[in-house]
Amino acid sequence: MTVSDLLQIAVYLGVLTLATPFLGHYMYQVFTGARHLLSPLRPVEQIVYRLGGIDSQTEMRWTAYAWAVLAFNAAGLVFLFVLQLLQGLLPLNPTGLAGVEPFLAFNTAVSFVTNTNWQAYGGEVTLTYFTQMIGLTVQNFVSAGTGIAVLLALTRGLAARSGETLGNFWVDLTRAVIYVLLPLSILWTVAMIGQGVVQNFNDYTTVATLSGETQLIPQGPAASQIAIKQLGTNGGGFFNVNSSHPYENPTPISNFLQMLAILLIPAALTYTYGKMIGSLRQGWVIFAAMMILFVGGLTIMLWAEYSTNPILMEGKEARFGVINSVLWAQATTSASNGSVNAMHSSLSPLAGGVAMLNMLLGEIIFGGVGSGLYGMLIFVILTVFIAGLMVGRTPEYLGKKIESREIQMAIVAVLLPNASVLLLTALAIATETGLASRANPAAHGFSEILYAFASASNNNGSAFAGLNANTPFYNTLLGFAMLIGRFGVIFPVLAIAGSLLPKRVAPPSSGTFPTDRPLFIGLLIAVILIIGALTYFPALTLGPIVQQLLLMGGA
Amino acid sequence: MMKQLFPAIRLLLIMTVLTGVIYPLTMTALGGVLFPTQANGSLITQDGAIVGSALIGQANEDARYFWSRPSAVNYLQSGSPLSGGANLSVINPTLREQVAARAAAIREAHGLAPDATIPNDLITASASGLDPHISVAAAELQIDRVATARGVDREAIAALVQRFTEGRQLGFLGEARVNVLQLNLALDQQ
Repeated sequence: MTVSDLLQIAVYLGVLTLATPFLGHYMYQVFTGARHLLSPLRPVEQIVYRLGGIDSQTEMRWTAYAWAVLAFNAAGLVFLFVLQLLQGLLPLNPTGLAGVEPFLAFNTAVSFVTNTNWQAYGGEVTLTYFTQMIGLTVQNFVSAGTGIAVLLALTRGLAARSGETLGNFWVDLTRAVIYVLLPLSILWTVAMIGQGVVQNFNDYTTVATLSGETQLIPQGPAASQIAIKQLGTNGGGFFNVNSSHPYENPTPISNFLQMLAILLIPAALTYTYGKMIGSLRQGWVIFAAMMILFVGGLTIMLWAEYSTNPILMEGKEARFGVINSVLWAQATTSASNGSVNAMHSSLSPLAGGVAMLNMLLGEIIFGGVGSGLYGMLIFVILTVFIAGLMVGRTPEYLGKKIESREIQMAIVAVLLPNASVLLLTALAIATETGLASRANPAAHGFSEILYAFASASNNNGSAFAGLNANTPFYNTLLGFAMLIGRFGVIFPVLAIAGSLLPKRVAPPSSGTFPTDRPLFIGLLIAVILIIGALTYFPALTLGPIVQQLLLMGGA
Repeated sequence: MMKQLFPAIRLLLIMTVLTGVIYPLTMTALGGVLFPTQANGSLITQDGAIVGSALIGQANEDARYFWSRPSAVNYLQSGSPLSGGANLSVINPTLREQVAARAAAIREAHGLAPDATIPNDLITASASGLDPHISVAAAELQIDRVATARGVDREAIAALVQRFTEGRQLGFLGEARVNVLQLNLALDQQ
């Protein structure tokens, strides 16, 4: 660690924190229909509603909202699946790629619709420019918009004083895309191209190298996809090695901006949330819990890399160095982003283990766009419930009673992804087919498989990329894991929103456990870590922990 | 669900046009106007021929040139445009052996003592397999060899290395590094 390392971390976290209230306030204006900076774009919004046949005035009950989410995502899934199968017949295919094989097409379609962006494909040899643009880029936008919409529904359920409706999914989605994701993506795209990210429709470039050999360099409309890949916490690369590819992330400045984009919206949404429920303190409390978990994980990772990694630059790029590789690894696994600028498989075992734990905790340390905060609010509900049990009072949050229905749904939302990780990992290591895909022997081979299911079930998308995941076995299982991790949380969250919505808001009494104090931050973090540890300690012991002990023991 | 299905399909199509067609095409046009070189891959041409990209490294084993980092995909020189890292665990014996063998080869090629320390980036595979840079230390280590092979003054080579050293951006971001291809092209121009 050097002074410049600390400076890079400090500037990163400083800019992120400073941006939170500004972007958060702007999003509050956007999502409550107030006047805002981009109000002049309102005619565009109206045109979308007219063409879409959408009645923007009708509000939805939670069930209608959930059906709308499901219908929209199902349509997206089918469209993207078919698009990949047919890409060989479609334009913008300079290298003459064939249609994608069905198992891989299923996996990739699920991956992008669920905001996971797991890459069983290698962009430059699997997908045409047409598929990347018309298929992947679009899902990058709308899957992030879906996450924001679900968060808004839950927030309205918590904030409402009366009523039966949670807002309109089509309106929330449209506003998220037009006023938040698209404008930011345009800014980021221009900055990325300026730094050297490619944005063209050229044929791949053939180069006669200095040593007289032939080099084949891929091209494509990458910058426009990379901007939303980061801002929407998607993370699926235009190229196989994602943001370690010099065409996808060419300079330290592009690296800083992409890293900032990963956490920008998830962090700012905590402010938007505070504003919408009428208590900025409640928003900052959640921000603080996320930031503490972030800095804690980062500290362990940095120690592990600098103090125990004997082969420090393996899988890292010279322009980023150790510090930016570790900081990125922490950011991308805390958010459900999953883009990488270094190969996580070659991190020291403990650092790779922290990356895994970040995902296993449910992608709530800032987390995905929208999904990070609604996931965190599930833990908030569990925390007030546990606090209520400890002192023998009826648990309440923001004045609303937390009762058995909310707790049941919260438990479902926590249990489903966890069960998916552990059961599917067990299935993979119990079968020859599952084991055959490993690239490393012994404990690290197990870690590769555990990492894959942790990543898929929590909609992250990063990998210990040695694992050959492009097999029918893994494409299918990981595809289902991604669906469980996404909709197994979204539907319980919407059910909670619907159940909280009509509840009366009681004024705080002497029996109310305050949720806007430092004590609550501590309790929330404790609940998150205890649930994570109880669920995963045995599995992590078999993988990263035993590897780290071997490493430090001189193996 | 049927009630929501038609708006779902229609909105998906609208979003596809907006974010999948209008947005990337506009960005391509804008990028082509504002940053034509970067948008098209930062390609380097000499005498009308493309000799490489400033952002994509090349493999080189000739003693008269600076060498890039090891690559798991041979710098796209094996016919496939697919990027990739080695993804080996740091406790994998294969990686230990590879690193030791690379270090031994570097020491031999540069006439160094068997226990001389080699900059780590020069003996490890990069994440992308395309890393266009090496660390400043890795470049300095190679100066004597290149000078001898070319029969030119060491100082002239050292000056070139310094010219192609990129500092931290904005003074604090990233790491100082040397662009290998640009340095090698400049060597030939001398």
